[in-house]
Amino acid sequence: MSIAADKTIDCKGQSCPEPVLRTKMAINELQSGQVLEMLATDPGSANDIPAWSKRTGNPILESSQNGGVWRFLIKKA
Amino acid sequence: MAPEKPKRMAIIALHGSLDLAYPPLILASTGVAMDMEAAIFFTFYGLDIINKHKYQNLKVAPLANPAAPMPVPNIIGALPGMTFAATAMMKSWMNKANVAPLPSLLDMCFKGGVKMIGCQMTMDVMGVKKEDLLDGVEIGGAVMFLDYAAEADITLSF
Repeated sequence: MSIAADKTIDCKGQSCPEPVLRTKMAINELQSGQVLEMLATDPGSANDIPAWSKRTGNPILESSQNGGVWRFLIKKA
Repeated sequence: MAPEKPKRMAIIALHGSLDLAYPPLILASTGVAMDMEAAIFFTFYGLDIINKHKYQNLKVAPLANPAAPMPVPNIIGALPGMTFAATAMMKSWMNKANVAPLPSLLDMCFKGGVKMIGCQMTMDVMGVKKEDLLDGVEIGGAVMFLDYAAEADITLSF
């Protein structure tokens, strides 16, 4: 069963550092336990988002890549 | 997770060239997005990055930089119009790569709570007043920066 996202941000076409900055802003707007879906085409996001997740303690529930688009489901701690 | 003291980043921005203005702003805004504290001390030519009258017109130097947007011999780089050309080329590259323009990065630094410190001594030397600097800038000297940096986990200079 797939996890439903409470909010989605589309960072496709954006480059470092915007995807991470927007992820942080979006997480700030969520309640603890809610899930953010984040989409990006910046290849840097593949490593940046997991590192951001580890540093800020907001866990990644799912990550995938399809046709050059990375998708992360991040739970607000 | 037990609350820890946040990691702290203390950055010096020394140069007023467009290309050298990006790294401190990118790293500071990213740092606060990673729950770190960050401050940038804008000193000497770096003060132009937060100068209301100058931040939108920072330029790339076409001289003495073999990796410049236009890798031309220095004698050509010294010709009139080459600074304009190198700057236009870099802006076009950044735009094509979807890198946020400098004013947006500044905005993200202010909104993210990066401590933006204008160097008082530089202001005195260059005749820059507080009202010439962007809103939200704090004014300070070496002691203010070092007091902040003394507790820093990361220190960088650009």
